[in-house]
Amino acid sequence: MKNEKIQKIKDKRKKEKVTRRNFVRTFLFTFASLLTPPIVLAEEKIKKTRAWILGENYNPYEHHWGMGIDINKCIGCGRCADACKKENVVPDEPFFFRTWVERYRIYDGNQTVIDSPNGAINGFKDQDQENRNLTRSFFVPKICNQCENPPCVQVCPVGATFITPDGVVLVDDEYCIGCRYCIQACPYGARYLHPETKAADKCTFCYHRISQDLLPACVEVCPTQARIFGEVKKKASPLVRFLRMNKVRVLKPDLNTEPKVFYANLDMEVK
Amino acid sequence: MRIQNFWNGIPEQIRRLSIVLLIIVLLFIFIRPLFIPDDFGKYGHFRATAVDEIVALEKKYAGQEICFDCHDDIMELKYEGYHKNVACEICHGPGTAHAEDPEEDQLDAPTGRGYCTLCHEYLPSRPTGFPQIVSASHNPMEPCISCHDPHDPDPPEIPRECNACHAQIARTKALSHHLNISCTFCHQAPEEHKTNPREVLPSKPKSREFCGQCHSSTISDKKGIPKIDLITHEPRYVCWQCHYPHLPEAR
Repeated sequence: MKNEKIQKIKDKRKKEKVTRRNFVRTFLFTFASLLTPPIVLAEEKIKKTRAWILGENYNPYEHHWGMGIDINKCIGCGRCADACKKENVVPDEPFFFRTWVERYRIYDGNQTVIDSPNGAINGFKDQDQENRNLTRSFFVPKICNQCENPPCVQVCPVGATFITPDGVVLVDDEYCIGCRYCIQACPYGARYLHPETKAADKCTFCYHRISQDLLPACVEVCPTQARIFGEVKKKASPLVRFLRMNKVRVLKPDLNTEPKVFYANLDMEVK
Repeated sequence: MRIQNFWNGIPEQIRRLSIVLLIIVLLFIFIRPLFIPDDFGKYGHFRATAVDEIVALEKKYAGQEICFDCHDDIMELKYEGYHKNVACEICHGPGTAHAEDPEEDQLDAPTGRGYCTLCHEYLPSRPTGFPQIVSASHNPMEPCISCHDPHDPDPPEIPRECNACHAQIARTKALSHHLNISCTFCHQAPEEHKTNPREVLPSKPKSREFCGQCHSSTISDKKGIPKIDLITHEPRYVCWQCHYPHLPEAR
């Protein structure tokens, strides 16, 4: 009985003797998967060079947008926040902003007071804090950072928020189910739930304007050119010059979101 | 025959459950495409027409180039003055509708004191050098536009006092022991600085000896002024590397 079993196993082994044919066949089966990545990558490459014409003659594959903000130039007039609300029909209530301006006041002993009454649309009042000595003070315009690696897009369960080939993060308000995951996920607080559409809403870099050769509304109205808009990668772009002429920082670089909004002369108190 | 044996060999409850599971999976496979729009995934994990919808949104701000077409006289005036980079639509509001039908859609401009002060009211947070006023004391009740043309806002008279633009420094200095020293004692401002502030800059003291005119221990006549020996007191540095001249020591 036992010998019989051993004989069977021996026979089987003989059958599986490594012949050339066997070897090649097994080799191909085992390593077939190695051949797939180049095929998949090539397909993706084709996708990338594909043209996609939006509006009249705008190919998002040919652009990559970003913004520069110079803190030393911002006078805190809040015209950007006002123009943004008008351009993008953002609700008037003071909780809904696509962009807003914060005032930082740093007093002796590193006490920091940050405020943004109505997003700075009605300007700031100079209420001085009980005789404390102001060490430094400045304005910081805030906006969606249009991350290269956006956490909001990652968490969207339905694919209603996405990054376009030109690097702008957009929201499909018809497809959005209003679950608010993206609002929670954004480390910059740049999103809100639109009270009428019940969809998440955020800065689009005025996508309907930049795709037609216009500047975003906030950049258009900035009276001191504190906001600079342009291509991140093309040589002759106001943004590339801004990045060359200034020492810049992004917000929360430790999160690896790779923002495309660059701040010049930003204070360490700004988180 | 074999399949039937296999099927009968499975416990009954598993057989029933697997049928239900199979139905669910099939339903999922057939129903899913009905809920996914055709253009989803065409360019990525999103609905491609959503981008077309966003691109087609209405533009309210026209951009100031278009204003040139009719208002070239005002634009020319504006390009000479300080407001050359202040876009028309900042004060006049979004102008696409006006550009399309100038008769139907008229734009206004703010005329009260409240609007200009959004930029020009004194705030310590504003960058120094930006022209700021304290509206409570700057010709109260008078509308700004009665003296300043917003398209070419040269002050009606050239500012006499430095604090018209450098309010923050003036306030700091007013609290310091240097309050009685005029700005021009240390800074020689060419007349042109008042009309062309960024291009023609005032001078600044260059050496330790300048502060030494009052603070050197070799000067005997200025009583009550703190004195130091210029030769031994931190000779590596110039005075303003440690002392802020507009607020030399803490109060």
